[in-house]
Amino acid sequence: MTGSLVSVFNHPNSLKDVVTHFCPGCQHGTIHRLVGDALDHFQVQDQTIGVASVGCSVFLYEYFDIDVVEAPHGRAPAVATGVKRARPDRIVFTYQGDGDLAAIGTSEIIHAANRGEAITVVFVNNTTYGMTGGQMAPTTLAGQRTSTSPRGRDVSSDGYPIRMAELIAQLEGVSFSARVAVNSPKNVISAGRVVRQAFEAQVKEGGFGFVEVLSACPTNWGMGALEANDRIGEEMIPYFPLGIFKEAGRRQGDASAQG
Amino acid sequence: MKKRLFVKGNEAVAMGALEAGCRYYFGYPITPQSDIPEFMSRELPEVGGQFIQAESEIASINMLLGASACGARAMTSSSSPGISLKQEGLSYMAGSELPGLVVNIARSGPGLGGIDASQADYFQAVKSGGHGGYRLIVLAPHSVQEMYDYAMLAFDLSDRYRIPAMILGDSVIGQMKEALIPHPRPQVDLPAKDWAVTGKGGRDHQKIVKSLYLGDGELEKHNWRLYEKYQQMQRDEVRFEAVALEDAELVVTAFGVTARIAKTALRMAREAGMKVGMIRPITLFPFPCQAFADLPETVRKVLCFELSTGQMVEDVRLHTPCDRAVEFYGRPPGAGSLPPPEELFEQISRHYGRKA
Repeated sequence: MTGSLVSVFNHPNSLKDVVTHFCPGCQHGTIHRLVGDALDHFQVQDQTIGVASVGCSVFLYEYFDIDVVEAPHGRAPAVATGVKRARPDRIVFTYQGDGDLAAIGTSEIIHAANRGEAITVVFVNNTTYGMTGGQMAPTTLAGQRTSTSPRGRDVSSDGYPIRMAELIAQLEGVSFSARVAVNSPKNVISAGRVVRQAFEAQVKEGGFGFVEVLSACPTNWGMGALEANDRIGEEMIPYFPLGIFKEAGRRQGDASAQG
Repeated sequence: MKKRLFVKGNEAVAMGALEAGCRYYFGYPITPQSDIPEFMSRELPEVGGQFIQAESEIASINMLLGASACGARAMTSSSSPGISLKQEGLSYMAGSELPGLVVNIARSGPGLGGIDASQADYFQAVKSGGHGGYRLIVLAPHSVQEMYDYAMLAFDLSDRYRIPAMILGDSVIGQMKEALIPHPRPQVDLPAKDWAVTGKGGRDHQKIVKSLYLGDGELEKHNWRLYEKYQQMQRDEVRFEAVALEDAELVVTAFGVTARIAKTALRMAREAGMKVGMIRPITLFPFPCQAFADLPETVRKVLCFELSTGQMVEDVRLHTPCDRAVEFYGRPPGAGSLPPPEELFEQISRHYGRKA
């Protein structure tokens, strides 16, 4: 064998070389890596301010080697708005779970998106409240048993799981909105590309980028890691379809093509 | 002659904030303070600042948190029901040791209440309205000029101690017009904001603004440090106005709009030959405890006036030596009109003549 070895897979500079505290099979570590890769790709580690939210992901600053401000439950998009307005030259992202973003913080996310704040939102959807022990989330699937829907989510009284990526895509102020999953190597690679696009919307266009990541919570789902991955594919993706729901540049292109 | 303006209290506090270097305002309209966001929406873009009319009071206090975390001078304002919504953010800002200015042009409550002047937000302002037992710097202006001056003072104190500052006004102080003489921001030495998140940019270490402390003993240590700041403020930052205390036998005490009326009542009492003095707390936190503890020997009684059924009077009682009487006269929120000076004069006369 001749020639030199080419490195194709490195630890992102934007992530610290530490062991995470997440449960076995949890995919926050994977998603952190995808975000770290995106920051490295755009070479913005030194100019990024992360906004940590409440829940399992609050320890953002333990894993990302960047400046971080912690937000109250659900308020990360408002905190990020203050950060971005005060430092428009910085790259700002929030990292939020489904309880944080789709329940208590619905108002903040909708309005930050609608204002077209130049921030990136990484929304981790595992259909449950992880840190508080697996209660029903706004994204909990119909029939899904949780500690507060012990007979399974009943849509007649609990309402329906919210599809945030589609909802966000409706808003005029949004540059990019997509949903990905991290349940298979193929999906992880594709998710990495899309996470990068969500940051690209901010880095290149100064727009609002949103990426929803379907993710497993084996501990609270009461499943093994592989079984949890299967559930993402079999139960979550059919209800929460993967795809890019808005891409401002492309949409304009489509419009002109039709015209 | 210095420039003399005729402006509303709400405009004065906004002008003071601008002069203090505030460049970011986040807020939500509510009567009787909407002149502040209106003023800021007009003026901030002129000086390169940013105005955001947020979707809620909750969002606006958290925008303030974000801008403040970057080291910027920023503010929000509201009126009582809106201030209640901001308590979550205030607790987080206090826990994260972030400065910032919050103006409360208080109205009557509880609940939606009414839009008339009230001082029934005293507890909420000085005892920590949110969770966790924090304190704010609370300043109580009683004139349009003080609205301007204290906006600057509030920012400086807030930056020095890294805790949010509140200006507690009311609908009269906010809505009345009187003379204002603007002046440049006083030169004050303040510590560098080396804690601010700005992006690592060449630094070898990250910066974190947070209020979560889970490590063994970390939160206790953090809370002792916060406590020490409040103690230091109590030692160094108390401000109050003392009027005619030297020979006083009765001392009236009041803050904000009530203090203005009390001053007129005091003059009437002096003209009637009664030896009456006054303590007007300017910082409600830190409270002028020592002023009450050190009352002249001549003082037999302290009479506390408030536009509430009694809140500050608890602090007055706590610090007044027990051999002097503390009496209270107040009106509940929603009384609809202010007590005229004659009404307070009558109270002074009644208590002055009576033995403790």
